[in-house]
Amino acid sequence: MNNENRSIIKEAFKLSIPVATGFLPLGIAFGILMESIGYNWIYSGFFSLIAFAGSIQYLSISLLTSSFNPVNAFLVSLMVNARHLFYGISLMDKYSDSGKYKNYLIFAMCDETFSITSSLEIADKKTRNKMFFYVSLFDHFYWVLGSVIGGIIAGSIQFNSMGMDFALTALFVVLFLEQMLKKENRLPGIIGFGASVLSLLVFGSSSMIIPAMIIILVIFLFGGDRLCR
Amino acid sequence: MQMTFTQSIITILAVSLGVMVTRFLPFILFSGNRKMPEKFAKLKELIPPAMMGLLVVYCLKDVSFTTAPYGIAELVSIAVVVGLHLYKRNSLLSIFGGVAVYMVLIQAVL
Repeated sequence: MNNENRSIIKEAFKLSIPVATGFLPLGIAFGILMESIGYNWIYSGFFSLIAFAGSIQYLSISLLTSSFNPVNAFLVSLMVNARHLFYGISLMDKYSDSGKYKNYLIFAMCDETFSITSSLEIADKKTRNKMFFYVSLFDHFYWVLGSVIGGIIAGSIQFNSMGMDFALTALFVVLFLEQMLKKENRLPGIIGFGASVLSLLVFGSSSMIIPAMIIILVIFLFGGDRLCR
Repeated sequence: MQMTFTQSIITILAVSLGVMVTRFLPFILFSGNRKMPEKFAKLKELIPPAMMGLLVVYCLKDVSFTTAPYGIAELVSIAVVVGLHLYKRNSLLSIFGGVAVYMVLIQAVL
């Protein structure tokens, strides 16, 4: 490994440290929850390796404990992760131009990695692509590592994990609050929240996501010009 | 484990496939000469806050606010998350503070 590579990896590691402090405990919590419904660390590690998507993996705890319905699981996953579509749209130019790293970068495009790579401006394309790659790889690694650790320690420690899944709710509350603190995001945020409450009341808890998305999209498509500042 | 081994793996694969469709679709649709329609470009700013609102509601969808204990544990814990976050603006502190309060409430109090 040459010096240039080493300094890129070092810099990527530094950028990824805040993600590590989030992914390790959240991954551990995920591993513990999976273990609590009968899935050991091999399952949680494998799931984290191939999906690398925190929110839907937590929601999968309930998908895995209800009756077998892969089509529903697929649709819920599409809906919950629909936000990735917009990450893709905004990283389109940077990621499309990343050569051999392209497929992995898209594969590993989670919220946290997006928040780092979308704000990085590196003039040299080769350096930039490598930096994106290593940031994505570190983040992915923390998530898998946390899930495996959680699965392993869940079996050996006596710990009542009941309520730990609230981490997901808390995470979204924080992300929602962060959006609400930006003035221009307040109205779309309230529309999203209101449409979801309405959808929950009308369609019930098991089928609220799709109608809520439709209400939101219709409002945005017809009122979009007024909503954009 | 309620499902069989095969059912579990299929469910995990179905979820993962859903994730990958959302990540790869824009790059498949708008590669090369095909440019993004302007409608999408506008939506991309509106959708993230709306999605976060939806996800908060989705997480609370099975909480009953009309029967005892009226979702008190959830409401108190969310208040703690919001309070901590407005006070310190440290996401991890807010999240784990809220989780700690929630776990104490549902395990020891309610």
